[in-house]
Amino acid sequence: MLALWSPDWPVTAAARAEGVPSHRPAAVVVGNRVLACSATARTHGVRRGLRRREAQSRCPELAVLGRDPERDARLFEPVVVAVEELAPGVEVVRPGLVALPARGPAGFFGGELGAAERLVDRVAARTGVECQVGVADGLFAAVLAARRGVAVEAGATPAFLAAMDVVELDREPEVDRSELVGLLRRLGLRSLGAFGSLDAADVASRFGADAVLAHRLARGLDPRPPVRRCPPEELAVELELDPPVDRVDAAAFAARGLAERLHRVLAGHGLSCTRLGVAATTEQGEELLRIWRCAEPLTPSGTVDRVRWQLDAWLTRGGSGAVVRMRLTPEETVTAGALQLGLWGEVGVADERAGRALVRVQALLGPGGVVTAVLTGGRDPAERVRLVSWGDARATLDGVSDDRAGPMSGEPPAAEPGPSEPGGGPAARPGRTGSAGPGRSREPGPGVQPPLSPAGPMRRNARRGTRRTKPVRAARPGLLSPAPVWPGRLPAPSPASVLPEPRHAVLLDAAGAPVGLRAADLLDAVPARLDTSGGPSGAVVGWAGPWPVQQRWWVPGAVSTARLQVVLDDGVAVLLVAARGRWWLAAVYD
Amino acid sequence: MAETAGADAASRLEVARGLLRRLERPARLDPARAAPTPGDDGRVLPVPGPLARVLPAGGLRRGSTVAVGAAPGATSLLFALLVEASASGAWAAVVGRPDLGALAAAEAGVRLDRLALVPDPGRDLVAVVAALVDGLDVVALAGHERAGVRAADRQRLAARARQRGTVLIALGVWPGADLELTCTRQRWDGLVGGGAGRLRARRAGVRVRGRGIAPGGREARLLLPGPVGAPEAIAVPGPDLAAAPVPARVAAV
Repeated sequence: MLALWSPDWPVTAAARAEGVPSHRPAAVVVGNRVLACSATARTHGVRRGLRRREAQSRCPELAVLGRDPERDARLFEPVVVAVEELAPGVEVVRPGLVALPARGPAGFFGGELGAAERLVDRVAARTGVECQVGVADGLFAAVLAARRGVAVEAGATPAFLAAMDVVELDREPEVDRSELVGLLRRLGLRSLGAFGSLDAADVASRFGADAVLAHRLARGLDPRPPVRRCPPEELAVELELDPPVDRVDAAAFAARGLAERLHRVLAGHGLSCTRLGVAATTEQGEELLRIWRCAEPLTPSGTVDRVRWQLDAWLTRGGSGAVVRMRLTPEETVTAGALQLGLWGEVGVADERAGRALVRVQALLGPGGVVTAVLTGGRDPAERVRLVSWGDARATLDGVSDDRAGPMSGEPPAAEPGPSEPGGGPAARPGRTGSAGPGRSREPGPGVQPPLSPAGPMRRNARRGTRRTKPVRAARPGLLSPAPVWPGRLPAPSPASVLPEPRHAVLLDAAGAPVGLRAADLLDAVPARLDTSGGPSGAVVGWAGPWPVQQRWWVPGAVSTARLQVVLDDGVAVLLVAARGRWWLAAVYD
Repeated sequence: MAETAGADAASRLEVARGLLRRLERPARLDPARAAPTPGDDGRVLPVPGPLARVLPAGGLRRGSTVAVGAAPGATSLLFALLVEASASGAWAAVVGRPDLGALAAAEAGVRLDRLALVPDPGRDLVAVVAALVDGLDVVALAGHERAGVRAADRQRLAARARQRGTVLIALGVWPGADLELTCTRQRWDGLVGGGAGRLRARRAGVRVRGRGIAPGGREARLLLPGPVGAPEAIAVPGPDLAAAPVPARVAAV
């Protein structure tokens, strides 16, 4: 097996798309963490998994780029084409890495080294992309060889792997084996050889199913036992496109239906797919075929993504016209694992039924007509809820490229917790002396992580023509962490009605004069009556506050506000906000 | 010998059965336990304890229509009705409430990932609710009076909900509802006067009228919301949850 690997492909692709020169250090950042960085950045001390802030402090001229798997796949297509000119049977493992059988090119070009040289030259000449080639038995070893740029002789792969560190098991971006690697290190198994020398049965009984795969990899075997079934022909699904499709979004829509059909067929046979062939026929009769290989069995959304990337790449490359026929072939299948419905069939059925009803309403009102709420960091009740269209990803941190970052979307969200303000109620307010002075930093806010600010490249993604339905790895539990808790938020219980637009409110004292703020946390009279236009009005029987809210003082034009809770004589409680010299009805404790 | 042993076993069996019957009887005849356990057959969606005691079925009967009176506290009451059903995996939607406090819903215990919001259905309110009734377990709608939903539409929606086994909750007046819940006698705890304290919990009564209930109705008392936002039973009618008195912070009056 021959692997051709382009180092740091996400960075290379992003830098090319954004026009960042290759000598400038660059990094792709997701969720405030560095996902990948260029070699120049690495020499400056930037590492994968570093926080963005720290990376920028180590390397101030670092270009921070956003992640876009579609762009990565699209820009990688010319590389695949260049490889294909020299060798047939190319399989894309992921953007940045292709695998092909070594025997053909090695025989044709007179040796593995010759073939590798020709491939690297051809890719560099056609696309200007640097890449490395490795040859070994099996994909895993070939990738490791490509990272080191070596060709392992046939039969020497176990010896080649034995010297490697166990960290090499955790290099796949789609599989997280950090826990296993940490465990092996603590057990003193520092090399793949040491791990591989364990008994397979012992590994299976102690470390679980994934470790069995890792163990096979470490011994230089195929990740799964060689009992794969050869799929019968009827598993392939095909779709005639009439009229022919030449736009990416229309193709993506067709791809979704086709992928769902494929998965229904596979599920009917109790199989899932690890190698997917995407084929298309164009108007001019050209047959396009690309095979995607996957470390884990493909999920329906993973299939849709791959098909969409592939069609995106073919259609933007142009030259061969509109697509008239699409065909998905499961090239390699394994027995389906845990993707099962609930035991009684109820859970999955109810979810599907609800999903269908909601999609129907979306068809009536438009995609934004049905929303679901996601909790996010913030201080005001309205700020702490982000509405996401039904069907979009609910991930907290990944969704920042979405322009609807919250009600304050006109201004950038806080880049750091900032000085926290009181407002946490009496518990957080020792010494109510009546002076406005010590209003800051009552609660130190370490560990608070507000959403990262939508910096340039991230924003640009959101404006692209194609609608992003789902970030690929949005479902990873690490990104679905609970909403960050900001200091200075309004404590529970929260108001059950939050007005979309605050309304004018008039707060009067017993004499009928308007009540204002003497200081940020000090009223100048006892409130006696509240009047709101069309909202709750009446005599004030209780009140609490005002609590100043000092935030975003570093943004020009930001106004400092104060909150006041008021209970009226009919039992209604409201939340008032003082801003720009007057009171606003912000929410009702309904 | 064998015969006497058999008779002995038979009589012992009889004694054991009698004991078992005596043990079972109080449980069966106890009127407090006459209400069916919610969710035991999936026909009743569970609700929090204090409400379950006053609802005729011990929960929200699938296919029924519930009106929540437009009094202060109606939204919190809606959340209280959704909490248990949502926790047990039911799908819910709220139509026509652009001002719904999703944060309060989350604090009450409603699973936001199973709560769909249709803030502004516009003129399609009936069509939207009808579509949702087909697929979801609980559908709450508001603004139907303003949108001019006619009696025929109401009956059609109620019939559809009955057929599909969906609970339809109307915020506001809904003639013909199976149950009518209204918030009454509410009082906020936590304010200690002079601007000190903060809103901590609301003691509220929930009056239930409708089918299967005596004409006078029943009333439950509960914290709506409780100190953490979830509806709770009132533990002891003791002193209020208030902080120690703090001097007033009004400078000059």
